Amino acid sequence: MVVAQVQPPEMADTTRFLEEVSARTAGVSRLEMCIQCGTCGGSCPSADDMDHTPRMLFAMIRAGMKDEALRSNTPWMCVSCYHCVVRCPQGVHIADVMYTLKGMAEDAKSYRDKTPPHFASVFVGQVETFGRSWELGLTARHYLRHFILRLPRMTPMAIGLFMRGRIGIMPNRIHQRKQLHAILSKAEELEKVS
Amino acid sequence: MSRYLYYPGCSMDGSGRAYGESLNGVCEKLGLTMSEIDDWNCCGATEYVGVSLSPAYALIARNLALAANAKKDGEPLVAACSACYLNLAKADAYMKERPLLNERVNVALGAGDLHYEPGSVEIRHLLEVIMNDVGLDQVKSMVVKPLAGLRVAPYLGCMLPRPDPDHRWKNHERPEELDRLLEALGADVVDFPLKTECCGGHMTQIAPKVGLELIKRLVDEAEHHGADMMVTVCPMCQINIDAYQGEMNALFHTKHKMPIVFFTQLMGIAFGLDEKKMGFGRELTDARKALRKIGQQPEVAVEAAPAHRQRPDKRALPMPTMPKDADPVREALASEVNQ
Repeated sequence: MVVAQVQPPEMADTTRFLEEVSARTAGVSRLEMCIQCGTCGGSCPSADDMDHTPRMLFAMIRAGMKDEALRSNTPWMCVSCYHCVVRCPQGVHIADVMYTLKGMAEDAKSYRDKTPPHFASVFVGQVETFGRSWELGLTARHYLRHFILRLPRMTPMAIGLFMRGRIGIMPNRIHQRKQLHAILSKAEELEKVS
Repeated sequence: MSRYLYYPGCSMDGSGRAYGESLNGVCEKLGLTMSEIDDWNCCGATEYVGVSLSPAYALIARNLALAANAKKDGEPLVAACSACYLNLAKADAYMKERPLLNERVNVALGAGDLHYEPGSVEIRHLLEVIMNDVGLDQVKSMVVKPLAGLRVAPYLGCMLPRPDPDHRWKNHERPEELDRLLEALGADVVDFPLKTECCGGHMTQIAPKVGLELIKRLVDEAEHHGADMMVTVCPMCQINIDAYQGEMNALFHTKHKMPIVFFTQLMGIAFGLDEKKMGFGRELTDARKALRKIGQQPEVAVEAAPAHRQRPDKRALPMPTMPKDADPVREALASEVNQ
């Protein structure tokens, strides 16, 4: 029987993806230091729901498997609890790498479930517009788009929160919105150059 | 009187209003002046960093720059929301660690005539300020209504003790600070094993089953330890456990009614401040019933020592046996399994 062998990517591509991930990560990622011990996956509260454990994903990044890594749901299932980060014997900035991979998957449109990136983009859009987050606008739009079946249960909850003064009907805005827009668009410009 | 700069964060006058209200009252009582930085913006929560790096950090750094400008005499910047605290602390740390990020963020801030020099503002969380600057002795001396009889499960969540960029916590997984503080208020503190486990964060919005499962784990455990309420330091944890408990009960066919309040709310009660002014009544899972237990003797000792087991036959080898007295916890678990 002939076993189809996966061709390893060209060496140049391999290092390029690792470097790309590191460059887009806040802080020093230390990804190349991973010793594949699996402490991350063993500490992860949502590992069961992930396509790949963080350990596997890091091996894939180092092997240059860009498409597979960016299609994985692993970064989207990360709850940012930082258990893996404080336990990692090599000090890899695991949670920040997950944020990087989310951003890259958004750019490549390679995510399979649209719910998380939609939620993030609505949130970010509101922050860019108002300077503050607006819980009612965010959740209303998100539930109508993705969780219409959860609405019957969510509506009484929203009313309960409203009656207790915990939901604002109108968004809060900062005064210096122009200044904020100038800062954010300059930052976006710099991000695109790299 | 100590002066601090204060970054409230978006939830303080929204979903976490009880936190904002109670911390104002408690800080006043403790003599901590919290001067809110003018025109602060959202920290981006856990969403912005997952979209685009430089804008996310420029967004956070605008707050740091405003704080640096408002600083008169080296006052630290205090946040009470764990996610806000972490974002501010992380931005400061990473701008120090990565000169390229620092440069980009400052070029972007320059477009708004702002500048931030990493390291120029000290960023701290309210709980840590109360523990270290005020101290437990002073907290104890101000207690007029000890919370005796109230069984509380301290729940910190993730983002305060971890990843701890400024190395402020001795233990990242089982910190004891909140336990000590609640003990100083006179409460009966549960040794809560899941005190820094995740509440699911935004998972209730993007992958509900994953989030609700994490919530169930926490509430089950608090219930198992006989807690009257959970006590938290984070508005995200509070709304997840408080507001999504109904959906969690429906999904897992459970009947939990576990209230969760902010630690400042209980401090206020112990300091003799008004229940309503401390934001009680704003929670969906009512905590006021549990408050009535204060000052009363607990009905049953929940964690009673195991009954002495007698060997059935003195000649026989010791064999494991069930305790003679029925164990309520074990029975409850068994009936749950049978269902």
